[in-house]
Amino acid sequence: MLVLEQILNGIQFGIALFLMSAGLTLIFGIMGVINLTHGSLYMVGAYAAAIVAAKTGSALLALLAGLAGAAVAGVVIEALVIRRLYARDHLDQVLATFALILIINQTATMLFGRQPLFVAMPPALSHSVTLLPGLVYPVYRLVVIGVGLLVAIGLALLINRTRIGMLVRAGATSREMVRALGVDIRLLYTVVFGLGALLAGLAGAMAGPIIAVQVGMGEQILILAFVVVVIGGVGSVRGAFYGALLAGLIDTLLRAFLPGLLRQVMTGSGADALGAGLSSMGVYLLMAIVLLLRPKGLFVKQS
Amino acid sequence: MTSEALHASTAAKPSMGWRWLLAAIVAALLVALPFAVRSFGYESFTGLATQVLIYGIAALSLNLILGYGGMVSFGHAAFFGVGAYAVGILYYHMADDSLFLGLVPGTDAMLITLPAAMIVAGLVAAIIGGFSLRTGGVQFIMITLAFAQMLFFLFVSLDTYGGDDGLIMRRRDVLPFLDTRDPTTFYYLCLAAAALWLGVTYCLVRSRFGFVLNGMRQNENRMAAMGYAPYPYKLVAFVIAGMGAGLAGALMANYLRFASPDMLHWTKSGELMMMVILGGAGTLFGPLLGAAALVILEAVLTAYTENWQLPLGIILLAIVLFSHGGIVALVRRFLPDKP
Repeated sequence: MLVLEQILNGIQFGIALFLMSAGLTLIFGIMGVINLTHGSLYMVGAYAAAIVAAKTGSALLALLAGLAGAAVAGVVIEALVIRRLYARDHLDQVLATFALILIINQTATMLFGRQPLFVAMPPALSHSVTLLPGLVYPVYRLVVIGVGLLVAIGLALLINRTRIGMLVRAGATSREMVRALGVDIRLLYTVVFGLGALLAGLAGAMAGPIIAVQVGMGEQILILAFVVVVIGGVGSVRGAFYGALLAGLIDTLLRAFLPGLLRQVMTGSGADALGAGLSSMGVYLLMAIVLLLRPKGLFVKQS
Repeated sequence: MTSEALHASTAAKPSMGWRWLLAAIVAALLVALPFAVRSFGYESFTGLATQVLIYGIAALSLNLILGYGGMVSFGHAAFFGVGAYAVGILYYHMADDSLFLGLVPGTDAMLITLPAAMIVAGLVAAIIGGFSLRTGGVQFIMITLAFAQMLFFLFVSLDTYGGDDGLIMRRRDVLPFLDTRDPTTFYYLCLAAAALWLGVTYCLVRSRFGFVLNGMRQNENRMAAMGYAPYPYKLVAFVIAGMGAGLAGALMANYLRFASPDMLHWTKSGELMMMVILGGAGTLFGPLLGAAALVILEAVLTAYTENWQLPLGIILLAIVLFSHGGIVALVRRFLPDKP
């Protein structure tokens, strides 16, 4: 039962990773931009939701605030900085968005302080249900999983069935060709970036009641989302989905069970520290293995 | 970048005399620095200059792969941190009178610890580079970052060596005939190391190896068509760069008498990249200038405000967006083209 519970936790973490990496992979794939501020959008979404939740007590308003906050921040960042980076090389993109992270994190520290904010569960979702005999699980986490799966289905439909999705797929395959065919690439870029910002905001708003909302939360998940993008393959939303679930499960399961396993062969505190460190490394190890076997990622055609 | 490099190689020749004159003046100033600051009463400045030199070595090493080789490594702090921990761990086992992994005795002899740090960092670079160089572009950036994170978490989890808090050394490593505890002596030691690494970089860049590396940055397919397999050349450059960062990390651990996971943090990698870009990627002296600019800027801003990262971020953003070629390009603009 403990294993099942941890598997659900892993899926829930994987969903959050998916929301982040779906946006990242689209922005890489279509705009060719490495956007380190994606984690900052996640943080903005989480802060906006946390503050509105504390003021109004309404989970729905908090969610909307999270989405709106991330979207506004995304639009401002895109218009002021990212737009100047389309024609630059990856190095400039990394450095410019790295500088942006310094600015955004310091601003957040000045506005909200160093103390983490804790967000109360929405009352309607704060209880637990018995899924199986002996398996009691919080409703909120189930809702997060449900929302994430709905978003994944919606994204799949959007990308595979609509005209915008067709352009997105075309853009991920060959940016120059899409431009040459007379598509307003600027508009497409804005749509993709806005979509990515909304997904990051959603992930941030939903993360509030589960983890502490604090400065630096964005970068932790950002780097894992990078790993997911590499595992799944740049530009592939399907790859991001499976990659995120895989990474979420491996990370959570290692974190839950590795210290216990180590404790059988060594002393308590040392085992806990080593276990925590090794389980943090697990996802990166997975990435190294994937790269060794398929350098372009799992879900991209290897050329 | 390609056109910049072409411009640099054609423009550098006429002003060669001026460049060496300038370099000689800067070298003389660096040698005189400890005496000058002592007579003006700013002795703490020697420490700042020492940090500049140490970060300068790290930035020089990163520039070899980033500026000359075109490999955007976002995990260079890993080698810096590994070098620092090599020194810290050897010291720990010396003080503890125990064996590392039950095999290697500890030591505090700098003539052993510095080369050891470089060798270990080089080995780690060989492993990370061996994996990462199978990819390119965006993937390479993210993979080097991920490997550095992996090492970061490894050192956080090593309880024996301080874990989260880092590893404190009670004293600096020792050298025969020299007192490394004296700030001025340690400054000259770092100056010598920086000069040595600058010389190594100069020789490498001027060698056939350097030209091949440069060619691969500009057009890998063309170099491959000429019969140069990219992978081994890039890997060797990556390992050399890792050793340079390891040397810098070993010196930094000695300077601070401290090695911590922070040294491998991804923001440290970002700072090293910033130094290279700030000074001028693919130029010989650029990384040293960039290191000086960033270290001094941080020192000034921290003295001025607690929220120093905000102005730092704005300045760096403006530099990336609006400057091309960094400080070196700026200096070149003011140097006469013909002697």
